[in-house]
Amino acid sequence: MLLIPCPNCGPRDETEFHYGGQAHVPYPENPNELSDTEWSRYLFYRENPKGTFAERWVHSTGCRQWFNMLRDTVSYDIQAVYPMGTPRPDRSPRVTPESGTASTAPDSTTTGTAGPSTSTTSILTTTAPEGATK
Amino acid sequence: MSADLLPEHPDFLWRNPEPKSSYDAVIVGGGGHGLATAYFLAKNHGMTNIAVLEKGWLAGGNMARNTTIIRSNYLWDESAAIYEHALKLWEILPEELEYDFLFSQRGVMNLAHTLGDVRESIRRVGANKLNGVDAEWLDPQQVKELCPILNIRDNIRYPVMGATYQPRAGIAKHDHVAWAFARKCDEMGVDIIQNCEVTGFLKDGDRVVGVKTNRGTINTEKVGLCAAGHSSVLAEMAGFQLPIQSHPLQALVSELHEPVHPTVVMSNHVHVYVSQAHKGELVMGAGVDSYNGYGQRGSFHVIEQQMAAAVELFPIFARAHVLRTWGGIVDTTLDASPIVGLTPVENMFVNCGWGTGGFKGTPAAGMTFAHTIATGAPHKLNAPFSLERFETGALIDEHGAAAVAH
Ligand SMILES: Cc1cc2nc3c(=O)[nH]c(=O)nc-3n(C[C@H](O)[C@H](O)[C@H](O)COP(=O)(O)OP(=O)(O)OC[C@H]3O[C@@H](n4cnc5c(N)ncnc54)[C@H](O)[C@@H]3O)c2cc1C
Ligand SMILES: [Zn+2]
Repeated sequence: MLLIPCPNCGPRDETEFHYGGQAHVPYPENPNELSDTEWSRYLFYRENPKGTFAERWVHSTGCRQWFNMLRDTVSYDIQAVYPMGTPRPDRSPRVTPESGTASTAPDSTTTGTAGPSTSTTSILTTTAPEGATK
Repeated sequence: MSADLLPEHPDFLWRNPEPKSSYDAVIVGGGGHGLATAYFLAKNHGMTNIAVLEKGWLAGGNMARNTTIIRSNYLWDESAAIYEHALKLWEILPEELEYDFLFSQRGVMNLAHTLGDVRESIRRVGANKLNGVDAEWLDPQQVKELCPILNIRDNIRYPVMGATYQPRAGIAKHDHVAWAFARKCDEMGVDIIQNCEVTGFLKDGDRVVGVKTNRGTINTEKVGLCAAGHSSVLAEMAGFQLPIQSHPLQALVSELHEPVHPTVVMSNHVHVYVSQAHKGELVMGAGVDSYNGYGQRGSFHVIEQQMAAAVELFPIFARAHVLRTWGGIVDTTLDASPIVGLTPVENMFVNCGWGTGGFKGTPAAGMTFAHTIATGAPHKLNAPFSLERFETGALIDEHGAAAVAH
């Protein structure tokens, strides 16, 4: 279970939130000009990194506001929370979570060497098709 | 149902060879799908100079973590065809593999709890029958006759309004399925190599010519990816993307009980699925965690909700103890159907996206994927499950019959 630091309400149980998937996926700027391949990228392709992931959450049963979060998909540590519409924070040096972390058991990462690797940043290329707004 | 019906534990069912410097084909991932693929490559296509590379221990991924439900009552023609083919293979495989993996055709019920569920279920029974899949609609009384411990009273929040029933469906002993395939693969000369992680690919232009591993480089003419939750990690290494999201999915078992639960009961609506293992544990699963994850563990509230649903449906479970919970990483697609076929990289093929329900598909995944690898073209059963469907729009939307409750 995650303890998610809502920027408006403070740390709350994961059950109060809903997940919105990958953050920073812009709607196509010129939809009429997209090819089928570009549409498929926009509709169906999302990053799926093993490591830090920028994602959206909404505090459904609290302030009902959306926000962005950087989370490690292996350790489930929450690394940063930041407003919608602002750029993804640079995570080098890694953002220290001040306002909350995932309340996860330390022994439960069973994948061994699967810790967050710095190479994951390189695979976080945008899925935005040509002519998309950021 | 007693412990002495279990097959012997295999001590030396396969060799543990050192990787050779080259193979005709390399399968990445030693779960059920990778092993079944290697089996059919050797048996149907005579390709025996092949290796299955597994980063951990044999079938220690989702193969070891699933709730082992096998059924073929999917809605769409494409899915019914591939899952029903799998079920027919399940029916003959114990003999063919000469290994009893306790495939128990005790039937599967999918409960309906709302009028919407009822309509959708009756539609699915009709679709199944048209596709030659055994299916029946049961009213609450018939549900009770098949599974007497089910609570069919109508004073609960989501009363049982009926169920679809597939009599030929059931469960199998998953570890034994993997061992049975591994043993036959080994007999036919396939190298099964554990503790061998693929860390990259060698390419000549757009064509894959080898794999890099933590135990050295292996040249190969063909690569088949069967890495379930890690498919997108491997695709990324090979230079392409997959429309896959990896999510934690959990399961749990109780301590041993006398036989009380004669069939398999699934509910998408209140979200729990239950069967009783051959030894006597109650085996239960639920839905995926909403967020992406590779940590092989999930959130406790999912377990709480599934237990609440289980106790309401089966009041006698209220005093059963949970013995163990665990998680796997499943690879989900947006149409809840698998991807089996060609990739943008020449000579590299992918089998993934089986999500929460790929155990049942193991034999058909292996058979069709082997065909694709050997011939370079899809089999007619996996052709609709191509990567291109996300561009052409020919999606196979199985959320109703697949979703997360498998
Ligand atoms: C809790 C749970 C319950 C489930 N219940 C059911 C069910 O009741 N019925 C059903 O039909 N399905 C069910 N499933 C789904 C089913 O388990 C999967 O769809 C299926 O096992 C996937 O195929 P596989 O067996 O080959 O995957 P896996 O067994 O996960 O095999 C993939 C293998 O690839 C290996 N690998 C990954 N990366 C690398 C690398 N770089 N190099 C080498 N090896 C690598 C992994 O270690 C792993 O062993 C369930 C899954 C879970 C987690
Ligand atoms: Zn809030």
